[in-house]
Amino acid sequence: MHREQIDNVVKQISQVILGKERQIRLSVACLLARGHLLIEDIPGVGKTTLAHTLAAVLGLQFQRIQFTSDLLPADILGVSIYDRDSGKFRFHPGPIFSQVILADEVNRATPKTQSALLEAMEEHQVTAEGETRPLPEPFFVIATQNPSNQIGTFPLPESQLDRFLMRIELGYPDAGAERALLQGADRRDLLPKLTPALQPAELAAVQTAVRAVHVSSALLDYLQALVDYSRKSPDYVSGLSPRAALALLAAARAWALMEGRNQVLPEDLQAIVPGVVGHRLFVARDSTRINGAAVSENLIEAVPIP
Amino acid sequence: MNAANERLHPGQVGWLLFALALVTLPHVERLPWWVTLLAVTLLIWRIYITWHALHMPPKWLLFVIAGGTIGGIYLHYGRLLGRDSGVTLLVVMLALKLLEMAALRDAMVLVFLCYFLVITNFLYSQTIPTALYLLLVVWVITATLIGFQFRQQQPGFRYQFRSAGMLLLQSVPLMLVLFVLFPRVSGPLWGMPQDALSGTTGLSDEMSPGSVSKLLTSDAVALRATFRSEVPRANQLYWRGPVMWDFDGYTWTASRLGNQLQREVQRSGNPIEYTVTVEPHSRRWLFALDLPARAPAPARLTGDFQILSPAPVSRRTRYDMVSHANWRDNAELQSFEKQRALALPARSNPRSAALAERMRKGVADDRAYAAAVLAMFSNQNFYYTTTPPLLGTNPVDEFLFSTKAGFCEHYASAFAVLMRAGGVPARVVTGYQGGEVNYVGAYLTVRQADAHAWTEVWFTNEGWVRVDPTAAVSPNRVESGIAAAAPQSESLPRQVRGEYEWLQRARMTWDSATNSWNQLVLEYTQERQFQLMERAGIDNATWQKLATIMFMLATAVTLVIGLIMLYRVRAQRPDPLVHAYNRFCAKLARHGVTRHPSEGPVAFSRRAGATRPDLRDLIETISAFYVQLRYGSSASATGAKELMAKVNAFPSA
Repeated sequence: MHREQIDNVVKQISQVILGKERQIRLSVACLLARGHLLIEDIPGVGKTTLAHTLAAVLGLQFQRIQFTSDLLPADILGVSIYDRDSGKFRFHPGPIFSQVILADEVNRATPKTQSALLEAMEEHQVTAEGETRPLPEPFFVIATQNPSNQIGTFPLPESQLDRFLMRIELGYPDAGAERALLQGADRRDLLPKLTPALQPAELAAVQTAVRAVHVSSALLDYLQALVDYSRKSPDYVSGLSPRAALALLAAARAWALMEGRNQVLPEDLQAIVPGVVGHRLFVARDSTRINGAAVSENLIEAVPIP
Repeated sequence: MNAANERLHPGQVGWLLFALALVTLPHVERLPWWVTLLAVTLLIWRIYITWHALHMPPKWLLFVIAGGTIGGIYLHYGRLLGRDSGVTLLVVMLALKLLEMAALRDAMVLVFLCYFLVITNFLYSQTIPTALYLLLVVWVITATLIGFQFRQQQPGFRYQFRSAGMLLLQSVPLMLVLFVLFPRVSGPLWGMPQDALSGTTGLSDEMSPGSVSKLLTSDAVALRATFRSEVPRANQLYWRGPVMWDFDGYTWTASRLGNQLQREVQRSGNPIEYTVTVEPHSRRWLFALDLPARAPAPARLTGDFQILSPAPVSRRTRYDMVSHANWRDNAELQSFEKQRALALPARSNPRSAALAERMRKGVADDRAYAAAVLAMFSNQNFYYTTTPPLLGTNPVDEFLFSTKAGFCEHYASAFAVLMRAGGVPARVVTGYQGGEVNYVGAYLTVRQADAHAWTEVWFTNEGWVRVDPTAAVSPNRVESGIAAAAPQSESLPRQVRGEYEWLQRARMTWDSATNSWNQLVLEYTQERQFQLMERAGIDNATWQKLATIMFMLATAVTLVIGLIMLYRVRAQRPDPLVHAYNRFCAKLARHGVTRHPSEGPVAFSRRAGATRPDLRDLIETISAFYVQLRYGSSASATGAKELMAKVNAFPSA
């Protein structure tokens, strides 16, 4: 039942983002696992469009925050303004009080502003002017960022990267997809035409179903073997954290559900490893065995399935 | 191809040669030089063969070399059986076997011969360094043996050493059981050849000028003593050895038999209780402090208070002793004794005799006479030296009137001669004086360099009285030991001088360790084994009883270690489900589809099905069943068996 719904979501998005089915499936899995998504690539490959489409297809309330170097925390969280009629300060919620946040070019803002967003991501609540306000449910942050070697970026530190369940890269479309893109209508024009594929209640049901996917001890053995290898191998700067292990498990459950299974297989884990591990494992500088791009492939290759 | 006939890996040969060189190394100083040369040549030849992958030399050549060597050994030792010739033969045969070693089987024989050669080293030396070195050698040999378990791919020295170390550690409990319980025979396990102790230094039954001072260069331990209470003062530490009655003008001689003790001795003061461990010296004396109360069985105490063992002391011997520092010999001097104690050869040392007569006339009694002679030693310019000048045919005359420089034996001899010439019965006692307190192990070490000679004089109504003329010349010798008495310019063994404190401390620690080793390991005799058994509640231990207990305990220890290892192997065994799936993968591998270790079951089944469309349905059924069992939520007790049945039914390649 859930599988058809999710397939439908994927199909809808695929009509807008051409030839990127794998990335689309990963990002859907990320959202189904209640994780935040980071899309990293050079400008102009459709990051923002993907984020937009995701929100539209899932039928969620959507806000976009364009991050710039002069963006302040209050611009995101909201601010209290004196109301002359009532004679009191009244809180004006910022754009963060929304179900889906598109944090565009998140690494253009200063660390101070970044951390205001990231705190909200982790806690699912906002503390402003001494008062804690819950954020709506569900709450997704889809952030896009430019590769950190580009001008005017403040790279996110590892600790904050860790808050994103997945990071995906879109890459250039292949020739066929690009031809279709060039021939077709403007992508942004397609957005308003999209109809939500899921009702909020259905989304909540799917998310609950994800949590119920069975995980056998054999699979946990494999997961632990992967994590353990990343910690012991000299090829990495540091190993995967327990939070990363939890992220792997949650994403693998979502992926299994998307594959129409009620149990997680090693294949499900392997499928989501590139998205979950890519921004958490860094190849040691003196490693001769692997280069940075192939980090997740190498991890999967190196660990036998017990 | 049979594994035993497989050609050896160069690494294995290298290991074997290394182990062989290590185990033979201590023997090199004992082998005839030409045997060493031959062995090294054969070793190098073998290395050359391995290096260039050449053929082995022909059999007839080896026969010629073997025959020639056996002849040479017979000519050198005069026999083929025996310790030295046997070990030499073994070394040569080992080296020759190297040139015959083409296959693993020969190498195994060599490894076992290596282990045997380890044992032969203990025939020569049983000290701590030897034991440690040979332990290391055993480790290397075992590591070699581990390398033999691998074929062309050698595991690397770290793995070999680690495995060998593990093996040896696992054998430690068994070793302890065998050490404690293996039935001992009283006496050495193998008869020590007659010449085994020929090199040892020590006191002899003769004393002539220079015979004691030559021991000064030896730092060898003569005996160690542990005192029940505190160690007596240095000037009471007279370790009594051979007593000499007969003088031929140059040499004093101890009687070979020694008469049985029949005299009454009145002992007073607190008895000194102590335990002596004497090093083998191939003579019959057992040393004890003046004056021993009794002899330890089976030795006996003679009339002149020597302790004589029934047989020469050819191994380290331990005995409990009681002595009294104060005593009084009440017995009358028998006439034959008096005659012996006064005898001087005619016409020897005439000037001494004349001096004695003159001095005796000038004093009232024997005691005053002795005091006068001692006073002469201390007042005239006699001096004490460890390098006395050589003396001629009338040594006492020369010493007293011209050289006036001597070591203890000169003073003892001269004093005894003067006493006898003056009509006072006298005899010379040799032994050791002093010793060094090891404050690490709280015992006393007496070295050969502590050798000493003194005299005993018979005074009427007082009996035999100890007079040490050396003390009159050099009181330091008796109070503080040889190192304090000998002039700084004269050479003594480093051990005796003790110049640096840290060096002294290290030396004492080492000596203490050696002592513990001697007492606990080497002196673990049948007697002490039975004592230990008694303490453990096994009375009347016989060797049959010991052997039974030993086998029972050894079996128990082996079983426990075996069970632990079995348990650990079990813990590592995969569960039956994985076992069945691995079998399935192995079957598919023979069909031409090999699963990568990191390939998931579904992905693999898809790939295998694509490669073998004829088996696709079967492969997918089995894979799906496995996935359901291993990763699904429905656990099934019989699932593994069902899977195994399906895998078994899967067609073999």
